[in-house]
Amino acid sequence: MTKALGNFSAEERAAQEERLRKVWKTPGGWRYWTSVNNSEIGLWYGVAAFGFMLFAGVLALLMRLQLAVPDNDLFSVEFFNQAFTLHGTVMMFLFAVPIFEAIAIYLLPSLLGARELPFPRLSAFGFWSFLLGGIFVCGSIFFNSAPNAGWFMYPPLATKEEYSGIGADIWLLGLSFIEVASIAAAVEIIVGIMKCRAPGMRINMMPMFAWYLLIVAGMILFAFPPLIAGDLLFEMERMFHWPFFDSERGGDPLLWQHLFWIFGHPEVYIIFLPAIALMAMIVPTFAQRPIVGYSWIVLAAVGTGFLSFGLWVHHMFATGLPQISLAFFSAASEAVVIPTGVQIFVFIATMLAGRVIFSVPMLFGAGGLVIFVIGGLTGVMVALAPFDWQAHDTYFVVAHLHYVLIGGMLFPVVAGIYYYFPFVTGWRLSDAWGKVAFWLMFTGFNIAFFPMHFSGLRGMPRRVFTYPEDIGWDWFNLISTIGAFIFASGVLTVVADMFRPKVKLDTLNPWKAGTLEWTNNPDENWGMRSVPIITSRYPLWDQPNLQRDIEEARYYLPDAKSGRRETLVTSVLDAEPIQCLRVGGTSYVTIVAAMSLGGVFIALTFHWWLITAICGVITLGAILYWLWTGTAEIPEAPEMDVGMGESLPIYVSGPPSVGWWAMFITMVGDGTAFASLVFGYFFYWTIHGDFTNGIEGPGVLWPVIAINLFVLSWLLMLRARHLNRAGRLDEARVALVGATFIALGGSAAGLAGPYVHGMDPTAHVYPAIVWIIAIWTVVHAAAGCIMQLYCLARSLAGRMTARYDQDIINVTLYWHFLTVTAVVAFGIIGLFPVVR
Amino acid sequence: MSGGRLYGGASLHDGMSRIGGAYLSRSAQRGAVLRAALLFGCIPLSSCSGVQSALDPAGPEAANVATLFYVMLVGGSLIWIGVVGVLAYASRLGREPHSERMAGWVILLCGAVGPAVILGALLSYAVWLMPNLRPWTSSGEPGLRQIEVTGEQFWWRARYLDPSGAPLFEAANEIVMPVGERVLFTLKSPDVIHSFWIPSLGGKMDAIPGRINAVTLEASKAGLYRGACAEFCGPSHALMAFTVKAVEPAAFEEWLDERAAVDRPSDAEGLAVFLRHGCGACHTIAGTQANGEIGPNLTAVGARETIAAGTLPNTTEAIARFIRNPEEIKPGVHMPAFDMLPDGDVEMIAAYLKGLK
Repeated sequence: MTKALGNFSAEERAAQEERLRKVWKTPGGWRYWTSVNNSEIGLWYGVAAFGFMLFAGVLALLMRLQLAVPDNDLFSVEFFNQAFTLHGTVMMFLFAVPIFEAIAIYLLPSLLGARELPFPRLSAFGFWSFLLGGIFVCGSIFFNSAPNAGWFMYPPLATKEEYSGIGADIWLLGLSFIEVASIAAAVEIIVGIMKCRAPGMRINMMPMFAWYLLIVAGMILFAFPPLIAGDLLFEMERMFHWPFFDSERGGDPLLWQHLFWIFGHPEVYIIFLPAIALMAMIVPTFAQRPIVGYSWIVLAAVGTGFLSFGLWVHHMFATGLPQISLAFFSAASEAVVIPTGVQIFVFIATMLAGRVIFSVPMLFGAGGLVIFVIGGLTGVMVALAPFDWQAHDTYFVVAHLHYVLIGGMLFPVVAGIYYYFPFVTGWRLSDAWGKVAFWLMFTGFNIAFFPMHFSGLRGMPRRVFTYPEDIGWDWFNLISTIGAFIFASGVLTVVADMFRPKVKLDTLNPWKAGTLEWTNNPDENWGMRSVPIITSRYPLWDQPNLQRDIEEARYYLPDAKSGRRETLVTSVLDAEPIQCLRVGGTSYVTIVAAMSLGGVFIALTFHWWLITAICGVITLGAILYWLWTGTAEIPEAPEMDVGMGESLPIYVSGPPSVGWWAMFITMVGDGTAFASLVFGYFFYWTIHGDFTNGIEGPGVLWPVIAINLFVLSWLLMLRARHLNRAGRLDEARVALVGATFIALGGSAAGLAGPYVHGMDPTAHVYPAIVWIIAIWTVVHAAAGCIMQLYCLARSLAGRMTARYDQDIINVTLYWHFLTVTAVVAFGIIGLFPVVR
Repeated sequence: MSGGRLYGGASLHDGMSRIGGAYLSRSAQRGAVLRAALLFGCIPLSSCSGVQSALDPAGPEAANVATLFYVMLVGGSLIWIGVVGVLAYASRLGREPHSERMAGWVILLCGAVGPAVILGALLSYAVWLMPNLRPWTSSGEPGLRQIEVTGEQFWWRARYLDPSGAPLFEAANEIVMPVGERVLFTLKSPDVIHSFWIPSLGGKMDAIPGRINAVTLEASKAGLYRGACAEFCGPSHALMAFTVKAVEPAAFEEWLDERAAVDRPSDAEGLAVFLRHGCGACHTIAGTQANGEIGPNLTAVGARETIAAGTLPNTTEAIARFIRNPEEIKPGVHMPAFDMLPDGDVEMIAAYLKGLK
């Protein structure tokens, strides 16, 4: 690329900076909390996740106190069971996954050379949802009503009201709400990485962190929806007694285990891969050379992501599944060691081929690796079914998982904190404090967790609130408790170091790193001063004068003349500039939307139906207002000058646009949740001789009518898009209204099948699963109809025209997915009982 | 919370001599002496702890798995030392950088080829081991002695069947099995998921509502072992243990006959108090009018090693304490408290139960 570098005088630059500062300004006072900028949202997100980690850590210390001596009665069994359930839940859902969403939101724009991620308000919405859901779930323990059935919530213990109270609902609804935030973050991260890279940063030039986050966000998209589908079935059973997991009425507790672990195992890698990604940023910096085997590590990460979806049954080796499947899942579980091994040795090889500066981030990274390798080796052991039959659900597994997660995730995160602290704040943490913290954490961790391998093999089951003396567990437990407190003192040292007063650094790049984020000035909110052209994986090492040229505004987007927040959108593979995207700014609508959606989930927990409905209406209103005022805005001119002598369109629609990708990605996740329900349908079919239990199905007639109406509605939707683009706006509006009415008819026909045949969803699992598939489809159709009416309103208001047609294009994309859903749903419930 | 040494030397001795073999006492004493020494030595691997340890196997499955563990422990330690050694070398200051080509070979050999070879071998061994430990079909081979075990909140129902599957009698919280013979355990649950685990004999298997699982286990030496519930099942999950007595086949046959016999001497006055307070509505005592099916079968309860599913020693005082307030001992237990009974009645019931052998 040979583009003309811009050339501005000092006065011109000062004026530009004034405008940029004004556009990207963080509001003051209480309005600070309405900020949506990635540097605020990322920071709040990270601090909140870290706070939840400390909370769950305190719970762990209390549990260790209870287990320090045999027959202890320090805490009641009720508190202990709530504590371990919440400990696992919080660490997984409120710390391990969100902390990486936080780091990603904070770092990605700078790493990729963007001003901002494409949907800042979506990030803000995700954060507020996460915070509210997290406080709701954690706070429950202060009212003695926290979930108490284990973080895996196995039915029937967690489904039946005689065994578990409101805690189970708090878990299901609180976490469903948080999963919404996770998926929102995944959409943001995927679109950001694919569409918002600096020009020239081809896909094979992305920083490792971006690769890993892309893979992880993709995994979230396929791993969380099965859990959301499971949560739906679970809550329908708890709230309305639909018997999905009740064996007396044809359900099966094992379906939950499948859905939970199809989520739960990829979850481990969703947590672990971003930590590896942090190490992949840190190791090259301190080895003072590019990473060795860039393509190896990318392929290994992709391989790990794929394999992680084929391992879930190794959590179910003791449930009595056929041994042939156990052998298969044993082999798959061992296979994942190979890509993991490649990733670890890529780091070691990079160190071998470089000159290593051994700083505090490296200390935490190497210490984490030493711990993680032990966790990996015990993982190899428990992946063998015969060994797992002994080790499963014992303290051996407790030791294994903490070696994996603390060595593979917490230590790299602390390494990342020490590494990126100057990037975030302009201050550097203390080397001396860091070393003290490291040795406290490292020795404390091993003292706490190493003995657990042996208490487990000596027969100590997990999740016991007490144990008898003299069966060989006393000393191990006392040592573990002592170690846990040493470990906690190390974590506290890190926290104290962060709050210690420090002197501002006089350099932006204290570690002499090679990646783009270190060009950013932490005191300015605009991210990149100008968006550079990238020609190397380590631009700061390989592109001379890059820092100076960026600061002197010689690249893209040197100015903010329009008074709007702008960032570049580039093509997916080659990162050619294709659009100047205007992103959403400071707004309270995200808080209103998140709080009212939270209200829906919280009110449902307590069965306050009226409040649920009110909050639902407010949520819908807030989201529509947000979309109406903040998206697909018709610009004052078709193109604008983006610097370097180039002009780019401000408005694009269809596949080149970020909105289209967001819709596509969201619907892939949504489709996965639907597929999980379909999996449930066929699961019941396989476990029963006659899965209908002699109950009459929805018949063939109504489902076939529904399919036809949905296909017809889809054709009309396509026609409407075509007419709109052709400028025949009135006809397009008529087609839209027609499509809406036909879809409503299709929905009615879809529900008529089970209704007219008197299927009672509380009687048996067969009617229940038929109803849930039909309702899922109809709810999606209702959302689709709202979207169509939204398009109609936009068209009538002149906000959607023949040229500016993003809304109708994206809604058509939604209708592609909806139509597939409807055809599959009504095909299965109507036709499968006939053809099977 | 509990009553102390349930598995200490002395009570073990009593228990075993009654079944016909004073087997464990010596090793238990030796264990007590060795314990202090081993604490500072090879704690982790010491296998003197006995009753509930997978590292102190008393059956072929557990022995195979323990061997597998030791092999993997040695192999894993070597691998760990190797990786940490390379890492330490790579972090050394002032070392000349190696070539990128050499670094690439490290990734290929140590990261991919090495693990593939080692895991291939390990996996082959484990997959070969699986059908030997547990038959590929869940029903097992025909003609095995069968015990149907039902996990219930928070105790174990054990129904002894003859090899054809016909029921012989029911017991609770104690498994008696012959040495040197594979026994088929069929596992059920009426309430929540439990997991049946006797570490000394082999791995665990879940008891899942609506499903019937099966596992065969064999004891290779006579002794007294402890089993436990391994799947979290509610408040008193930690207090859901059971005793396993592995006895010589002849002694086992003798025990079966003795246990199947209905007419046994009994304290008529104690029985009357037991029945008067309605205990028979939930508990069965063979040969009496007590025929409740809800709670543990109490026939010969006085002969058990422990009461309350491995939670209290089997003494008259402990039984009385449990009857007065079960919730205090086992949170979430389904048995109501009987602390409102007239003075002396609880003691009479306890003495009567302790006398049932």
